[in-house]
Amino acid sequence: MYPGDYYYTKDHEWVQVKGQEAIVGITDFAQKQLGDVVYVQLPEVGAKLAAHQSIGTVESVKAVSDVFSPVSGEVSAVNAELANAPELLNQDPHGKGWIMKLKLTAPKEAETLMKAGDYERFLEGLDKQT
Amino acid sequence: MKRTRFYPYQQKLGGRMIEFFGWEMPVEYSGIISEHMAVRQKAGLFDVSHMGEIHVRGPQTLDFLQHLTPNDVSKLTPGQAQYTALTTPQGTFVDDMLIYCLEPGFYLLVVNASNSDKDFRWVADHASRFQVKVENLSEAYSQLALQGPAAEKILQPLTEIPLADMKSFHTAQGRVAGIDSLVSRTGYTGEDGFEVYSRDPSPGRLWEAIVERGKSYGLLPIGLGARDTLRLEAKLMLYGNDIDETTTMLEADLKWVIKFKKGDFLGRDVLLKQSEEGVGRKIVGFELLDRGIARPHYPVLVGGEQVSQVCSGTFSPFLKKSIGLVYLPIGQTEIGTEFEVGLRGQKAKARVVPTPFYKRPAA
Repeated sequence: MYPGDYYYTKDHEWVQVKGQEAIVGITDFAQKQLGDVVYVQLPEVGAKLAAHQSIGTVESVKAVSDVFSPVSGEVSAVNAELANAPELLNQDPHGKGWIMKLKLTAPKEAETLMKAGDYERFLEGLDKQT
Repeated sequence: MKRTRFYPYQQKLGGRMIEFFGWEMPVEYSGIISEHMAVRQKAGLFDVSHMGEIHVRGPQTLDFLQHLTPNDVSKLTPGQAQYTALTTPQGTFVDDMLIYCLEPGFYLLVVNASNSDKDFRWVADHASRFQVKVENLSEAYSQLALQGPAAEKILQPLTEIPLADMKSFHTAQGRVAGIDSLVSRTGYTGEDGFEVYSRDPSPGRLWEAIVERGKSYGLLPIGLGARDTLRLEAKLMLYGNDIDETTTMLEADLKWVIKFKKGDFLGRDVLLKQSEEGVGRKIVGFELLDRGIARPHYPVLVGGEQVSQVCSGTFSPFLKKSIGLVYLPIGQTEIGTEFEVGLRGQKAKARVVPTPFYKRPAA
């Protein structure tokens, strides 16, 4: 379910690092919690982001949720398809539903985040609380 | 938390459960949008057993209900139902509800789950001057709503009640899937459909038979999420969001429910005065012109000043835009009037539009 080469945050974002670049999205758990996504507010290309900085919002029929950048860097691309097809976030959150690409400030920074196994255990913990 | 008698079936179908006024209820199954569109285009099945049911009977029941409610109960013959309210002496809402006339002198009140204890106390407290017996049967009743254009085709093979002849807001008693039931052509979605009440302690077959029979028609089980988007598109009021003890029936644009000529009822004086002098504010429908969703309690601004807040507000799956209801000062309520809604620190433009937002095509 959760790709082994991604890193994950407690806010349910994922980041895939490829050298100096990274792709960022929200996790399958996040999209399931939100339900049908109808609007995605994207960051601007060129924006310089610190880790944990808000990059926009994902809005479903039920709720609106902030999305945070898992790592620091400069926005090099955003997924413009989400404006017309926000449902991509529900259908393929770890793939076609990606949100932005970053030019990384510190490529090693992502290694402080959770790996897939850690994230799955983190989710199991959440499940027990509810 | 309380569970309805249909809970195991909902769990089996993958309903995501939430707490709703003390009840553990499904908020969604396959997703709000697909469930919503199933009801508009095919059919949907809702468990609404959390609703409250109150029996009122006795020789003075008609006089008693005429005193408590603004609609004209004398117009109801056995087998008919009407939309009405329990009004305060100020003409505001204790609750909105349906009244069913079951037999002469014997009526069923169907009230909101969130208010059923309050409503029962209200009705019982006012009963002392009348020869009536008031009983809270909310725990005994189960209720399903089958809604959508295919509702009649799905339900008819399961009952001997002739449904084609049943008009809107009419009811009949009989067996459905072998379960003793009261069936009415009513609902909370803006579609054709039925509500099925039963006091059978094991009504599970009702759910199973409708789901089974509905499969070939594309019926889906529907959660509270789509129940809310459906009723809002049809501009059906939700107590607690759109109406409460601070809003009068006229402010809520429900003048058609009030029958001043029937004689006295709680709140009549205030409502008659308001009717003659006009109200200071009125509920209107709006759509958002900018992106985003105007959700309940978001601030509403006219000329930069906050005048109100959003009552109900959601994304309309049918219209694919953000719609809502809000009370605006008279003078700002004309169709086409623009105002702003504060969306988490940003301002979005909104416009007053005609309601209902959705009207089902004529059959």
